[in-house]
Amino acid sequence: MVRRLLTTALSVVLTAAPALALQPPPAPDGFVPIDTLPPTEQLPAGPFLVGAYVFFLLLMMFYLWTIWRRLAKVESEMRELERRTERGQAR
Amino acid sequence: MQRLFIPVLILTAAMFAYSPVAIASAPYESTMLLVQKIFYYHFPAWMALTAAVTVCFVSSGIYLFKGHAWADRLGFAAAEVTVIFGMFGLVSGSVWGRKAWGVWWQWDARLTMAFLLELIFIGYLLVRKYGGPGSEKLAAAMGIFGGATAPFVYKSVDWWRTIHPKTSVMASLGETSPEMWYVVWFCTAIFLMLSGLLLAARMRLETLRAGLDRLYLAAED
Repeated sequence: MVRRLLTTALSVVLTAAPALALQPPPAPDGFVPIDTLPPTEQLPAGPFLVGAYVFFLLLMMFYLWTIWRRLAKVESEMRELERRTERGQAR
Repeated sequence: MQRLFIPVLILTAAMFAYSPVAIASAPYESTMLLVQKIFYYHFPAWMALTAAVTVCFVSSGIYLFKGHAWADRLGFAAAEVTVIFGMFGLVSGSVWGRKAWGVWWQWDARLTMAFLLELIFIGYLLVRKYGGPGSEKLAAAMGIFGGATAPFVYKSVDWWRTIHPKTSVMASLGETSPEMWYVVWFCTAIFLMLSGLLLAARMRLETLRAGLDRLYLAAED
């Protein structure tokens, strides 16, 4: 008799456990305020996206400008040197 | 090479102009949404960097073991292009991470190794600028070490636990989202062409500088 009762009780517990585990979380009794949002919630994505693309454009423009400036410097130095060499040969 | 420069420049400019339209039309990623669209310039920048690193690695090896002057000039040009794309890759990744992970920077394996790769090539440029006579060979050795580091940067996400997405993201993109796949490879083609153009422009500068040095020597004689 006792054994049968124990088996029944165990079966009820084992059957109930998964059912209880599947229960949704209890409904909140009230809202809990927080002072700050989690970092990923408070940042709009737009400025980050635009910022990344603008940074790329600025970086490329700056780099192209440095190449152009260096090329112009070397070319003017070459012209000056050729002019000096020609003058030297003429003498 | 010079004949190709202008047509490739026009094609690259046209594709760049169209790229915002292509990126805007690509679907949103389900968890990161809008900020994930940084990916369409972020990944291609790393591909352009990989191409430049490979050029620097090979030309540094040629210069070190064969002594060809053109290889030295090409290695120098490629190192500078590497630093430029690396800088954009790190900054765009940081901006993306601020939104996606909540932090500007994380010292995990991928990010740290990418940062070290950038530092190696900045070191290369500093050696070339301030190293004095003989710095070409030292810089070429740095170029080889930098090139040898690149595969570790790529595989770091698979070998170590990091918060950065794994390489499998790109491998499966063609199946999960063909629209995203198309746009990312479209942008990658643009960046590779841009990398080639910058390399050609920088190479021209180095060739002119070599010519100028020869003129100075001739003038002294």
